[in-house]
Amino acid sequence: MPIDRALRALAVTGSVACLLAAAPAGAQQPAPGGAPAAVPAAQPPPAPGSALYGRPDAPGAMRLAPIAPPPIPTPADKLPVAKLKAPAGFKVEVFAAGVANARSIRIGDKGTVFVGARLIDKVHAIREKDGKREVKVIASGLHRPNGLALHKGALYIAELSKVSRIDAVEDNLDNPPKPTLVNDQFPKDEPHGWKFIAIGPDDKLYVPVGANANINDPDPNHYAHIRRMNLDGSGMEILVRGVRNTVGFDWHPTTKELYFTDNGRDWLSEDVPEDELNRVTAAGKKHFGYPYCHQGNFRDPEFGWGHSCADYEPPVALLGAHTAALGMRFYTGAMFPAEYRNAIFIARRGSWNRTEKLGGDIVVAKLNPDGSVKSIEPFLTGFLENNNYVARPVDVEVMKDGSLLVSDDFNGAVYRVSYGG
Amino acid sequence: MAAERGRPGASPRPACLSKPFLKIVATGALLCGAALPSHSGSLQERLAPCLACHGESGRSETPEVPSLGGQPPSFLLIQLYVFRERQRIAEPMNELTKDLTDDDLRSFSDELAKLPAPVAAGPADPARMAMGAALSARHRCGFCHSPDFSGQNQIPRIAVQREDYLVKALREYSTQERRGYDPSMVEIARQLSEADILDLAYYLANWR
Ligand code: HEC
Ligand code: HEC
Repeated sequence: MPIDRALRALAVTGSVACLLAAAPAGAQQPAPGGAPAAVPAAQPPPAPGSALYGRPDAPGAMRLAPIAPPPIPTPADKLPVAKLKAPAGFKVEVFAAGVANARSIRIGDKGTVFVGARLIDKVHAIREKDGKREVKVIASGLHRPNGLALHKGALYIAELSKVSRIDAVEDNLDNPPKPTLVNDQFPKDEPHGWKFIAIGPDDKLYVPVGANANINDPDPNHYAHIRRMNLDGSGMEILVRGVRNTVGFDWHPTTKELYFTDNGRDWLSEDVPEDELNRVTAAGKKHFGYPYCHQGNFRDPEFGWGHSCADYEPPVALLGAHTAALGMRFYTGAMFPAEYRNAIFIARRGSWNRTEKLGGDIVVAKLNPDGSVKSIEPFLTGFLENNNYVARPVDVEVMKDGSLLVSDDFNGAVYRVSYGG
Repeated sequence: MAAERGRPGASPRPACLSKPFLKIVATGALLCGAALPSHSGSLQERLAPCLACHGESGRSETPEVPSLGGQPPSFLLIQLYVFRERQRIAEPMNELTKDLTDDDLRSFSDELAKLPAPVAAGPADPARMAMGAALSARHRCGFCHSPDFSGQNQIPRIAVQREDYLVKALREYSTQERRGYDPSMVEIARQLSEADILDLAYYLANWR
């Protein structure tokens, strides 16, 4: 099982040495700018800064394209929920079907579950009405409305280049008003333009802006960072830089430190770089390496020259190459056994830029008292079957009763994981 | 602003007044209204008006109307969906799909996927073909579209597509006017110059 190998490499200390020893990626890759054997010498390699820079011409890489989920959700009776495996004592069930392209999940004070989307223009709400669970569209005509956040009854929606808000959303589910603009001072680039958002313990809205290509060195004041702003959209500032594309973050329930996932670049190799789990500390550096240093110890073959990884804040854990580590939440519920208290559930949507797919699971990161990572273990698996995805997890959210919701953008569904009872 | 074109509320011209449609009317192929697919009848009957524009043999003879032959069914399904939901704004397709059900989209795309792929005919300028091949290698078009450009899953066949349509599509991606369902094509097209687009379109349209 590939996850075993990956997870062994994840044990934080020593992961770096073991990984680099096992896969001397630098040595195996064609030199930057050097034409790999299959390209006739007359054909230039991709221009520096090209999205495809470093993309090899090996036949094995010739069919590695991103796989887009279908726009129409899988019917409830065809969902692969029986294939999803959690540890003993846990139960997995379908919470809702028919939630097309389900991405970020947020839960309102009155129990409504809101779900964003990346490939379609709609935000869905799942609610109990007259004893029945109902899925309905509450906003449409939006441009990649991936990110959601809730604050005092208001639903914040992040589209590709703007954040807007629906006040008292749970009181208006039958006839929700159009969202009103909060801030639209964001780049309009499609690549990595979709956003995850969240409201921090400081009551500010955190909004990332990804690098606008697979690999480039963009203007750091416009791209590749996490910003925050006041809830009315004022006072926008850049908090941390060197972030390629984070699609999930949350704050430690007691230390209030921000932890975030970050997706590593593609086409460098099958095994390097790995996706990261990062932690923002008061004492730590405020630059996380992109595009100069990946995974804390590997300098980019094009942009890394002359830079030292020591100048950038290293990840607290590596999450596997190309695994697409996306949504993450600290577990604050009371339902799961004590070992899960304040641990982080992380959805790894699964790789595309890799021959043997990796990820396609929920892992749990258990922390030491000092906030460093003790272990990373599989929690919910079975999304990947014979190198094909039967489902793809994107985000997790803890329900009031302590159960865990998991979104699946491939089937357009939300699953619920509960313990005991 | 291009990025705002996808908003509902933008009032589309009726299908029969659209530019491609006027061209068709001019060629006498169709009458206004005849292009609207009927909501009853057999699948073949319902698809007949579509094929009047797109070509019954899978090859379009209509300027700026794409050939549909040999397209992967998931690509067709996604494009019909984004037309219906107005995520891809293109007359007359938004109008023609607006009342289709999910089942219609599925059966239309499965049926259209059976059309044979167009084959290149006539001579092609070897110098221009070489330019296109180099550009395609440089931008790795074949990694996603398959080495023979026949497409896979949600990624379209681009081999022997109409040259004018390829130019139009690549220009629209490069300006983000067409965002794509998945944004990966925008990332590629943003690196293409106008000259690159013309060379690539020539090469792909004449691919053999
Ligand atoms: C009046 C002419 C016309 C008719 C009739 C028509 N189409 Fe189209 N179709 C177009 C044009 C023009 C485009 C390209 C739009 C653009 O430029 O982006 C298109 C695009 C498409 C595409 C996307 C193809 C691609 O390669 O991106 C599909 C699929 C499609 N049409 C299916 C249909 C179906 C199904 C019907 C019948 C319900 C239909 N069309 C009827 C003109 C027509
Ligand atoms: C990373 C994968 C990827 C690469 C590399 C790529 N494409 Fe695409 N291409 C796509 C996807 C996905 C779509 C469909 C996007 C959409 O939904 O509109 C597409 C669509 C297209 C279309 C529109 C076709 C139609 O029928 O509407 C054209 C033309 C095209 N690509 C040409 C190219 C060319 C030329 C290159 C090389 C310069 C290239 N592509 C490289 C993924 C890719």
